Amino acid sequence: MIEVVTNLVAWFADPINWQGPTGVPTRILEHIWYSVLAIVLAVAIAQPVGILIGHTGRGGALAINLSNAARAVPTFGVILLTFLVAGIGLVPVLVALVVLAVPSMITNTYAGFRAVDRDVRDSAEGMGMTGWQVVRRVEIPVAMPLIMAGVRISAVQIVATATFAAVVSLGGLGRYIIDGLAQQDLTQVLAGAILVAALSLLTELGLSRLQTAIVSDGLQEESQEASMEAKLEGTTG
Amino acid sequence: MAQSVFEWSWVVENRGDIWAQLAEHIVLTAVPVGLGFLMAFPMALASIRWPRLYSPFLGVAGVLFSIPTLALFVVMIPFTGLSKATAIVPLTLYTLLILLRNTVEGLKGVPSHVREAAEAMGYTRTRQLFRIELPLAVPVIVAGLRIATVNTIAYVAITALIGQGGLGNLFMDGFLRQFPTPLIVGLVLSVMLAVAADLGLLGVQRVLTPWRRNPG
Repeated sequence: MIEVVTNLVAWFADPINWQGPTGVPTRILEHIWYSVLAIVLAVAIAQPVGILIGHTGRGGALAINLSNAARAVPTFGVILLTFLVAGIGLVPVLVALVVLAVPSMITNTYAGFRAVDRDVRDSAEGMGMTGWQVVRRVEIPVAMPLIMAGVRISAVQIVATATFAAVVSLGGLGRYIIDGLAQQDLTQVLAGAILVAALSLLTELGLSRLQTAIVSDGLQEESQEASMEAKLEGTTG
Repeated sequence: MAQSVFEWSWVVENRGDIWAQLAEHIVLTAVPVGLGFLMAFPMALASIRWPRLYSPFLGVAGVLFSIPTLALFVVMIPFTGLSKATAIVPLTLYTLLILLRNTVEGLKGVPSHVREAAEAMGYTRTRQLFRIELPLAVPVIVAGLRIATVNTIAYVAITALIGQGGLGNLFMDGFLRQFPTPLIVGLVLSVMLAVAADLGLLGVQRVLTPWRRNPG
């Protein structure tokens, strides 16, 4: 056990592991690059859908059921299958990560819109707001704790799951784990695991700061609750 | 090379292995969920009796849940090698957060007038817990078990990378041989298993809570 720890310390202290295309900084940047692409794509797909069904209230049951079913689909398998279809490249990873993230974003945004008090909505309409104004100036701000909870949890899931990019020949921090396993180099495997865990914890912390900053002061408590709920419903890679 | 996407002949030839992997997948799901519940249940009871414990319990379970799956699996290797325990220990730890929280929330959700009525009828604290509070908390507890089970079924496949895997071995087989059939079989069976387990647990809940079956 002590040997494992000293090997790890030596690995992290070795300048070789911090340089060039296989060094830690490059791997971290690759990992962040895949994750950010996937998060942006997932937000672009999920939020309009969530806002539409949340605002109109139509198609909600279908969306929730689909999202629940999607939780049962193993992301690991989706990456490998898309790889066989699409070949080496970003496509398999992005498809799998987006499929992973979209359901929890949609269900959370939808739930956020549904939770907006009827009276609040009615008075906004009574003040002469158009449908779009109600969405933008009333529903989105009030639903923000849940919308952000969905984005935050999905983003953390994406960062954790981007590890599998290495299985289909891409880079990222998963490289250390996959290569280490193949070379029976436990130190490298553990170094990779530590780096991935640290990056996802940092993402979680960073986004919870962002959530606090974006959500209106009056809704902070709801915001905490919503994150807990979203976390419990979500799956990681 | 006209290779079709899905070849039934492979499924027929390998049905023995497919069944074995499915059985393995079920074991690797049932054992962690069962162990997780055995751990979460006393933790939940302790959290009810000593509310100050709840927050630290939840915090630890929450941090464990935040660790990426593959990372936690490989961190086990120095302790347990590539044995079954390397898969089972992390899978068990992942269930704790959901099971602990739902058991506590379920027990807390029992209306206070029900509790007071039981007390007035002379129920001791233990009898009250097992005869009144637990049965009423069953729907929330089972809801937690359903989420934990569906999540675990998806995670088990990943353990193929550390020499376990159940249906995940079919994923790896298809991937390594560039042959989609096993991968598709594994994915379909994995989703079917999740749906079956979810419905099965819902059935258990209905059996345990007969009073909820015919509302109105």
